[in-house]
Amino acid sequence: MFSGKLHGIHAPHRKNTVDRVPVRLPVPPVITVPMSMNIGAPAKPVVKPGDEVKVGQMIAEAGGFMSAPIYSGVSGKVKRLDEIVSSNGRFDTVVVIETDGQQAVWEGVKPPVVTDKDSFVEAVRQCGCVGLGGAGFPTSVKLNVDPNRVHAIIINGAECEPYITSDTRTMIDNADDVIYGAQLLQKYYTADRIVIGIEDNKPQCVKIMEEAGKGVPGFEVAALPALYPQGGEKVLIYNTTGEIVPEGKLPIDVGAIVINCTTLAVIAKYIRTGMPLVEKVVTVDGSAVANPQNVIVPVGTPIQDVLNFVGLKCEPKKVLYGGPMMGTSVPSLEAPVVKNTNAVLAFDAKDAEDPVPSACIRCGRCVAHCPFNLMPAAIESAYNNKEPETLKALKVNLCMECGCCSFSCPARRPLVQVNKLAKAMLNQYNAEQKAAAEKKAAKEKEKEAV
Amino acid sequence: MNNMIVSVNPHIYAKDTTQTIMRDVLIALFPAVIASIVFFGVKALLVEVVCVATAMLCEWAFEKITKKPCTVMDLSAAVTGLILALNLPVDIPVWQAMFGSFVAVIVVKQFFGGIGQNFANPAITARVIMLVAFSGAMTSWAVPAFADATSAATPLAVIAGGEGQLPSLLQMFLGARGGSMGETSCLALLIGGVYLICRKVISWHTPVAFMGTVLVLTALLGEQPLYQVMAGGLFLGAIFMATDYTTSPPTPAGKLIFGVGCGLITVLIRVWGNYPEGVSFSILLMNILNPYISDWTRTKPFGGVQA
Repeated sequence: MFSGKLHGIHAPHRKNTVDRVPVRLPVPPVITVPMSMNIGAPAKPVVKPGDEVKVGQMIAEAGGFMSAPIYSGVSGKVKRLDEIVSSNGRFDTVVVIETDGQQAVWEGVKPPVVTDKDSFVEAVRQCGCVGLGGAGFPTSVKLNVDPNRVHAIIINGAECEPYITSDTRTMIDNADDVIYGAQLLQKYYTADRIVIGIEDNKPQCVKIMEEAGKGVPGFEVAALPALYPQGGEKVLIYNTTGEIVPEGKLPIDVGAIVINCTTLAVIAKYIRTGMPLVEKVVTVDGSAVANPQNVIVPVGTPIQDVLNFVGLKCEPKKVLYGGPMMGTSVPSLEAPVVKNTNAVLAFDAKDAEDPVPSACIRCGRCVAHCPFNLMPAAIESAYNNKEPETLKALKVNLCMECGCCSFSCPARRPLVQVNKLAKAMLNQYNAEQKAAAEKKAAKEKEKEAV
Repeated sequence: MNNMIVSVNPHIYAKDTTQTIMRDVLIALFPAVIASIVFFGVKALLVEVVCVATAMLCEWAFEKITKKPCTVMDLSAAVTGLILALNLPVDIPVWQAMFGSFVAVIVVKQFFGGIGQNFANPAITARVIMLVAFSGAMTSWAVPAFADATSAATPLAVIAGGEGQLPSLLQMFLGARGGSMGETSCLALLIGGVYLICRKVISWHTPVAFMGTVLVLTALLGEQPLYQVMAGGLFLGAIFMATDYTTSPPTPAGKLIFGVGCGLITVLIRVWGNYPEGVSFSILLMNILNPYISDWTRTKPFGGVQA
């Protein structure tokens, strides 16, 4: 069906912080913990203003199956619960905690009892883990599959976004946790292969993982070309196993589970020590940052505190959660570091400027660089002409929004941006078609009954 | 702190812009410009300057009058003007050269919506119109420097049975032969082509398919394949005009089909047609087929399932 190499772009690496051992941020005076830090239902607060909390103590329980609990990364007192508009534009509840600087660990922190797959999945759920590569998908939901269906466990150590080195630091500093996590997965899912995919611009990680993984049955390291987006789930599955995840299917349908290396390390740490996900290693970099480095921060720390700690060269004009290819820009520096924040990038006025688009010259670079062989320029014109049938034929629904098309466009067309809108247009159209078809069927049934 | 810029990803971009791409094409044409001056004298430079200046002026004036954003600085009009000039005989009257630039930029490009919207290559179309309108001036060839023969007849005319003597293969390659001022030096055009491929401005597919088809077909027909490939406007057309983004398919498969089609039509015209040369016509005809070829050769989405 498909053979050959997936396309991508040679994004600049800019891994300035690769040698910066993460340093701990001094406890911020206040943290603001949002309840929506995962795909799916937001967590439900279990604390009220005035409550004392300690490090590792639950402050919100999972709000449903597709959700994850939240724990405090500081000790202190709950000041209030607030409604805010989060960076994705939705309303969200936040728990505001005034810290006491003691960082006293909660008495209830103890390793969970894990005996089989079900208790393992429960432990993953309890640790509050979500996809830390950036997606924020509740990890326990992903792992809640029939072990017999799993043939390959793929650990994502690609870290293909420019600047970010937090996964790199996980592989260097917490190699044992990554391997312990891999062993646990091997134990409960008995996959034939455990592959960790790492871009070959991180030879030290390849070496460390090869060294650390010796003796783990089925474990192997796949050095991937440093071609963005290697870390895209479907891209990683194809490049490590040769399997293609078909439209509308999940990785498990081709026998694969993909898990980010930092996610795995967090799970391993929880099972070893009982300390859930309460803090993150965040790469702080960008043209407005004076001294780029990796910082360990409690989840909920305002970005302002993180930037003040590393020092700014100038007033930042654009600040991102995550990398420059897929990161989200934040409207305010009060926005907190959340579970799936792996980088905070601050850019000066020059880098923050949005390019001015000009007419498409049909160079075909968007097509040549799309990992999924889509035709972004054609999608753009179909969207502008409001042609959902054409969008369907062009398979815009497959777009993973990696941004290669916009990156490579010499006319600076907002291609991936339009893809997102086109996906929404197609979804709406499909829903309307479905509703119309159901209505027609119901009418015919009525006629028959008469 | 409330004046931060919020925008949708991505937040970084590749260095290339429309302007840098067009600048690269101008750089790639530079050796051909030098060759035209070497073989046809300073008059060649005059025609080139006139064509480029007219093209840019026309673009500026049209956009001024129609109140559209000015695109002169994207250099696409300059590229059109220069390619047209290289397609003309050196003795072309200056007003005719200006008329050609006007047709290329105003009629073929701007009337159809400007850059990226024209269905046919502006320089080619303008050349074909000039060939019909000024057939005398467009086929009066000057004697190039370093040529033995006093005859200025083009090699293709000689092959087609006209008077004159065929230049040596080396003369053909270097450019000491009759023809349009920018098409004679295969060496200069080749340098430009290699530059464009190295800079990833064009891919090898179209030129190789185009020239390969001409080579193979003329060899099969016993029509002096090496002369056929180097003669006429094949190098100029295959490298600089058949690769025009707007009027050729975006995918490698499409480019191959496009190139083979160009080669086929070129050979048909050269061998059996009334005109000794067929490169312009072949590219123009394939330009018209381009939307269909582009549709047939759409990429297959990764993981896509047929509904």
